[in-house]
Amino acid sequence: MSESMKTITVRYFAMFREHAGLGEETLSLPVETAKDVFEQTRLRHGSKEPNGHCKVAINDEMADWSSPVSDGDTVLLFPPVAGG
Amino acid sequence: MSNPGAGGFCCFEGWVRNENEGRTVERLEYEAYEPLVISEGERVLAEALQRFPYLEARCVHRTGLLDIGDLAVWVGVASAHRDEAFKACRYIIDELKLRLPIWKKEHYVDGDSGWVNCERCAAHGHD
Repeated sequence: MSESMKTITVRYFAMFREHAGLGEETLSLPVETAKDVFEQTRLRHGSKEPNGHCKVAINDEMADWSSPVSDGDTVLLFPPVAGG
Repeated sequence: MSNPGAGGFCCFEGWVRNENEGRTVERLEYEAYEPLVISEGERVLAEALQRFPYLEARCVHRTGLLDIGDLAVWVGVASAHRDEAFKACRYIIDELKLRLPIWKKEHYVDGDSGWVNCERCAAHGHD
């Protein structure tokens, strides 16, 4: 695998938290982007939700799926939002 | 919200409804990630100000368990003339629904529950 392993803290919200069975975990993952983190944790927890309607934040800033992640980052995975 | 330059005030309240897509809802549960609700919410208010210059705007969203008829979200806008108040109010509630990290779980009368997936909520076109 060409990607280097990074230590990433992943936080799950709403249905993602229920799928994962936990709100947060710190993992060593072969990832370059936020999308990679989503895919890796999706495999890990067997979630079927595609990322199209989901959102992502890195270290409490809204991010894009193509945003790069660095060692030590906290990645927040948001399932489809439904406020109002 | 009062402002001596304001000639109009527009408010939207979102209430908990007793049904969704044919299923009878007993109550709703809202979850929010507050740090980003605040920062992204302030961005929405700033965008509304750019598009529809208003004088005052506030927005509040509740979390936790809510019963039928409860107020879930409140948006208020005061402006010199009514047009900006109506339009800014509409912009704020629409963007809030699309962008803010808030989730809604419906508890049905049959004991089942489910997270609401808002992907079918049509985006409203802004003027």
